[in-house]
Amino acid sequence: MTLKAQSAELTTTTTSTEHAKSSVRLSYRHAFMLVLKRDLTIAMRHKDDIINPLLFFVIVITLFPLGIGPEAQTLSRIAPGIIWVAALLATLLSLDRLFKSDHQDGSLEQMLLSPHPIFLLVLAKILAHWIITGLPLILIAPLLAVLLHLNEQSYTALLLTLLLGTPVLSLLGAIGVALTVGIKKGGVLLSLLVLPLYIPVLIFATSAIDTAALGLPYSGQLAIIAALFFGSLSLAPFAVGAALKVSTN
Amino acid sequence: MWKWLHPYANPEVSYNFTNKMLPWLAWLAAIFLSIGLVWALLFAPADYQQGHSFRIFYVHVPAASLSMGIYFAMAVAAFSSLVWQLKLADASAAAMAPVGAAFTAIALITGAAWGKPMWGTWWIWDARLTSELILLFLYLGVIALHSAFEDKNLAGKAAGILTLVGVINIPIIKYSVDWWNTLHQGSTVSKLGKPSMSLDMLWPFIFCFIGFSLLVGVIVCLRFRNEILARNSIRPWVRELVQQNTTK
Repeated sequence: MTLKAQSAELTTTTTSTEHAKSSVRLSYRHAFMLVLKRDLTIAMRHKDDIINPLLFFVIVITLFPLGIGPEAQTLSRIAPGIIWVAALLATLLSLDRLFKSDHQDGSLEQMLLSPHPIFLLVLAKILAHWIITGLPLILIAPLLAVLLHLNEQSYTALLLTLLLGTPVLSLLGAIGVALTVGIKKGGVLLSLLVLPLYIPVLIFATSAIDTAALGLPYSGQLAIIAALFFGSLSLAPFAVGAALKVSTN
Repeated sequence: MWKWLHPYANPEVSYNFTNKMLPWLAWLAAIFLSIGLVWALLFAPADYQQGHSFRIFYVHVPAASLSMGIYFAMAVAAFSSLVWQLKLADASAAAMAPVGAAFTAIALITGAAWGKPMWGTWWIWDARLTSELILLFLYLGVIALHSAFEDKNLAGKAAGILTLVGVINIPIIKYSVDWWNTLHQGSTVSKLGKPSMSLDMLWPFIFCFIGFSLLVGVIVCLRFRNEILARNSIRPWVRELVQQNTTK
């Protein structure tokens, strides 16, 4: 019920602004929170959407020791790379949901028609996506790091890079989804478009974790990931908005 | 300048212009390439360190720098199509993408062929090689996105956005790969300290470079013509053109 009421509120305010601009119009903060809450509510009602990418993450990581061998030394050497590559793939799997269902039921077009800047609404959707997929990933990562014998000094680095890096994955991925949302079989295409853009995050995150394992300061790598985060935070929503306009056409 | 430029927004005028340009470009490309390649491959002196295998650079270096140049040109076209809604800019970007991908592939393959005798291996994860490979992936992404849309106009816009995102990312990727390489691997491969190129090596190189650039011009013009025709196939002037050609 609340969900319907919320989206109804959003659409009525969007259509009626012409004659009642001052009285009914939502503030930017309100609109942002409304979209965020709506997306989180939808996600909570389809819990498998949250759990499945997470399960994928765990299973991919357990496959590596089986393929490479159980030696602790090898595993701890490659652990940062494995965890991060698995995180990239898990994010990629979950990205599809970001705009697809909204595109199918038409609510995406309503959002594009609303008087609020697309930047804001898109940002809310991306934040919701990160809370649904990025955050559980960060929470479960230390457990998997134990399985891979990650060096004990690197745990903080792992968490910090994931905390700063996974939002970048969601932001950049949103561009890819927005471009492919109108295409029937966009899934494979999405990975083609997005994975090359993920390379810098992967490089700096794994190198920060490696550096931490040696006991050296890794603030430089963190600073660069933070720069990537803020850069994509300020630019990606524009690209997503433009791409959505093309896709919904 | 706008007065001089704006007639070319008309597909027919552009088509005729490329038609006029093509023979010039083609002849110049043929002349420069034949002089440059024969000079480079037969008459230029062999390198004192690398012997004859350095000659592949006469193909490799132009291909590598053109692969970047074409991407940049594509980004300019994409930008102008998104900002000023020029449909022909889309067509030119679509014409350039496969050419750029081909030149990137040529640069990678010739690089590998050079690496085998020099470094003893086809592939190393050198920073330049890696970023060239990623550039190829970006090209292929643009091409794939282009072919995924039925509607050419939508395809052009979507691919344009992706191209612009890519052009922002290329320097980031390039520097991160450089950084990654110096951190993970160390310089096991000593880059050949480039002695200032002697003139009898430099001249054929200049000829090859200009020749290859003109060759890109020729191929892009040919593809651009086709794009124009494909996108305007319902226009009367295209039909007339087809009829003229079929009655001949």
